[in-house]
Amino acid sequence: MSAPIRARFQVGYPGFDLDVDLDLPGRGVSALFGPSGCGKTTCLRAIAGLERRARGRLEVAGEVWQDDAQGEFLPPHRRPIGYVFQEASVFDHLSVQGNLEYGQKRSGRRGRGSGQRGGLAEVAELLDITPLLSRRPATLSGGERQRVAIARALLAAPRLLLMDEPLAALDLGRKREILPYLQRLHDELEIPVVYVTHSPDEVARLADHLVLFARGRVLASGALGEVLPRLDLPTALADRAGVVVEAAVRRYDGHYGMLELGFPGGPVQVPHGLVPLGSRMRLQVRARDVSLARSRPVDSSITNILPATVVEVGAGDSPAHVMVRLDAGGTPLLARITRRSRDQLGVAPGMQVWAQIKAVALLA
Amino acid sequence: MSPGDLAAVWLTLKLATVVTLLLLLVGTPVAWWLAHTRSRWKGVVSAVVALPLVLPPTVLGFYLLLLLGPRGPVGQLTQSLGLGTLPFTFAGLVVASVLYSLPFVVQPIQGAFAALGRRPLEAAATLGAGPWDCFITVAVPLARPGFLTAIVLGFAHTVGEFGVVLMIGGNIPEKTRVVSVQIYDHVEALDYASAHWLAGGMVVFAFVVLLALHILTGRREEGR
Repeated sequence: MSAPIRARFQVGYPGFDLDVDLDLPGRGVSALFGPSGCGKTTCLRAIAGLERRARGRLEVAGEVWQDDAQGEFLPPHRRPIGYVFQEASVFDHLSVQGNLEYGQKRSGRRGRGSGQRGGLAEVAELLDITPLLSRRPATLSGGERQRVAIARALLAAPRLLLMDEPLAALDLGRKREILPYLQRLHDELEIPVVYVTHSPDEVARLADHLVLFARGRVLASGALGEVLPRLDLPTALADRAGVVVEAAVRRYDGHYGMLELGFPGGPVQVPHGLVPLGSRMRLQVRARDVSLARSRPVDSSITNILPATVVEVGAGDSPAHVMVRLDAGGTPLLARITRRSRDQLGVAPGMQVWAQIKAVALLA
Repeated sequence: MSPGDLAAVWLTLKLATVVTLLLLLVGTPVAWWLAHTRSRWKGVVSAVVALPLVLPPTVLGFYLLLLLGPRGPVGQLTQSLGLGTLPFTFAGLVVASVLYSLPFVVQPIQGAFAALGRRPLEAAATLGAGPWDCFITVAVPLARPGFLTAIVLGFAHTVGEFGVVLMIGGNIPEKTRVVSVQIYDHVEALDYASAHWLAGGMVVFAFVVLLALHILTGRREEGR
């Protein structure tokens, strides 16, 4: 694993201040998540060197890019980064090919990173833009423009890829068009990605590391599997709270069209088409889809019933609800139950329960 | 057309070409600065650049005459450098025309730079383009319609000036007698036929230039 990203930034201007101290892993996708105006984009821009008002220190893979105490500041064009803006800022005066070559030509000057996956042809293939190469950006759809912008950023041979809500400016259809490409990048890229978003769905699908932002501060930062089940955080996700589990495909039941997915504490059966056995998939289990029983239900239509231990009981997103954190054989789960049920069942830490999972969403 | 007329046309085209080139050199940095600065001097500089739009050309010409003349500070400087004085020379005409047409060049370019915003420049920077590279390969090509407008307006406005020319250049054949002054002379002499040749030519020229500008910038808009 390459050395991580250490960022300490302070920005203050009337009505807003940002004060963050972040350690991000040197691989995988780190999602900066929070509501609009919480400072996550400012933080990303500061990492790119685009926010000169941000004072502090930034170290990436052992190299100091900024240290205001020492008067050091690497200007954006000397930082080996790729940056994807919210609205695809492709250059309208160049063809798609010209756009892709723009960063590629200049990449030699600042140290080539391993983010470059082969040449232009391969990256164009990866993002399915080969047929668009001779087109003018003005003739492309929003989704196509964003794919060109992503390819252009990759071809700049970055050692760090920064993405600022790359899907936020697109409609639902276009989002669905781009997400598979991002998931593919997530699986194939060897460089760290810092991904700003306010979409819980994008976090669940893409993030490996989650940073929760609120009002210019970092509330929590850690591996996705550790941060999502925490009960002490303000319910940023509200009724969308849940956990994300990495699972492996173990069996396919062709008669009923069900996949069996294994993980510590599993398995679960999910209705799905055939996929190669052994492949890794992400599952999302929402807290509101998990109910609890003291004894194993034998006459339920619910297929997925896992034994678990109650770890913690916390406040829910409404006064009538509580959030229960469970440990199902090593995998944390969240269950959202009513306060009344908690009292009737006597749910308390240490108790053995059966978690009935009504729905599991396959994310990839 | 008489040889005098042809000389006036030639002089006018020469003047307008030199002035337009100088205006691009001077006006582009000014436009860039005005489009991006947050300085409190922005208002002052904008106002100074725009002054020729509202001042009578004679006012500008009068002060330039004093400034560049033998007793003016600039005049004394040019004399001490062995350049003589500028009024009533082609060089003097160029200096005056640059000042007089400056807003016609600065404002379209400034508008085009401002409309671009910072985003394309930031995108270029994250792709490894330094500030100068960014300017040449992104800002200027994307601001092309602004530059086209600036070139056409700067050139045409220089061709069309009269008051400043008369104040600074006088009316010296083949040195400072441009078309507009030549027309004035013809009319004064009641030689309407000659005046028509030049005046009609100016009308056609202006019309063709503006039409060409419309077509050039319009085609680009449709391409978006």
